[in-house]
Amino acid sequence: MKELILVIVGAALVNNIILSQFQGLCPFLGVSKKVDTSLGMGGAVIFVIVLASIVTNLIYTFVLVPFNVTYLQTIAFILVIAALVQFVEMFLKKNVPSLYQALGVFLPLITTNCAVLGSALTNVQKEYNFIFSVANGFGTAVGFTVAIVLLASIRESIEDNDIPYNFQGSPIVLITSGLMAIAFMGFSGLIK
Amino acid sequence: MNKCMERIYNGIVKENPTFVLMLGMCPTLAVTTTAVNGVGMGLSTTAVLVFSNLIISALRKIIPDRVRIPAYIVIVASLVTIVQLLLQAYVPSLYSSLGIFIPLIVVNCIILGRAEAYAAKNGPLESAFDGIGMGLGFTVGLTSIAIVREIIGAGAVFGMTFIPEDFRITIFGLAPGAFFVLAGLTALQNKFKAPSATNGSAAPSKLACGGNCMTCSGSACSANHAVLEEIRAKAEAEAAAAKKAAAEKAAAAKKAAAEKAAQADKQE
Repeated sequence: MKELILVIVGAALVNNIILSQFQGLCPFLGVSKKVDTSLGMGGAVIFVIVLASIVTNLIYTFVLVPFNVTYLQTIAFILVIAALVQFVEMFLKKNVPSLYQALGVFLPLITTNCAVLGSALTNVQKEYNFIFSVANGFGTAVGFTVAIVLLASIRESIEDNDIPYNFQGSPIVLITSGLMAIAFMGFSGLIK
Repeated sequence: MNKCMERIYNGIVKENPTFVLMLGMCPTLAVTTTAVNGVGMGLSTTAVLVFSNLIISALRKIIPDRVRIPAYIVIVASLVTIVQLLLQAYVPSLYSSLGIFIPLIVVNCIILGRAEAYAAKNGPLESAFDGIGMGLGFTVGLTSIAIVREIIGAGAVFGMTFIPEDFRITIFGLAPGAFFVLAGLTALQNKFKAPSATNGSAAPSKLACGGNCMTCSGSACSANHAVLEEIRAKAEAEAAAAKKAAAEKAAAAKKAAAEKAAQADKQE
């Protein structure tokens, strides 16, 4: 149990997927203008990454390893993730319309988000078993949500600030993320 | 041959994926800790890009439009796996320092973006040269960012020392430094009004996603295709309607003129 918590905290804070691993930067910079939308995006990412961790782990253990074709993992994972996102979208649209309204618009954006493929590959690389894969996926996604919601809140509050002309737009967002990355480096002493 | 050279110039200078289009931000920030990594990542991406453009362009008339994105992904993923295995076998040090970012080339928006914007519409030779140009442009971008980071952060680049140990700013070699260097770069582009996707002054890109990685979530290439088609159809319909309206107007004017003339005749 203690190890599981360590994996989750490690993935969420210490090795934050965005601020220290640099995966999933595009939605981080693109969908972080408002807190509401960033929360939606974060929710969708949690949903998809956890599902993808489950499915890719099953595919890896029960298909790729027995047939000795682990070198196909990149192809298999990206296809499985793309299909999974499509399927989830269709399923939610039909059966859980309330959830679909909250997350729906973000789902297609996530298909080729590198955070999803990245966490699936990390699970394999670190040889996590099923439970640990899910925990790691969950932690990773929570880390993504924390980072994107924080950035969105900062962006909302600096919106009316008098930013020097040259730094308006993306430069100030990048500097904000850099400062957040420094803050998140402080978590590195948390584990070990 | 001229067209091929033009593609290379276009990729390195006019539509440089890193500086102008701001594509593929994840590897740009992640692997630029050392110049060697930047060159390695750039060249790996170039290799994938050239062959994916070549194959996709050769198969462009065979792949049905509806399943083209999955088909592209399979082609790209196979190529990435080949590159990954080659790197693992022949350059193990580079393989371990690039780590997970080699398989993540699959989801790099440059590759699907070029497939969608260029290779799907042009011949294999030009597409291959487009891949070379874009790949080299990406390599140049990564390497120059990496050189800046390595000189400021570690004081040395390609084994040559420039800054004594006391004056190095180590943070530039770490994760936050990547953000700061890119922020500085985009601020300079704003300052000099250089064409860049970030300040909206870039020439409208032919990329389906508009080439703006800041608002891209990776799947823009596929999502935008439908939108673009819609806009195109709308524009065409509008043009047709305008033409029709103009023709009607002209006809009406002619009729009115004829009536007037007839009336004038009558009065006389």
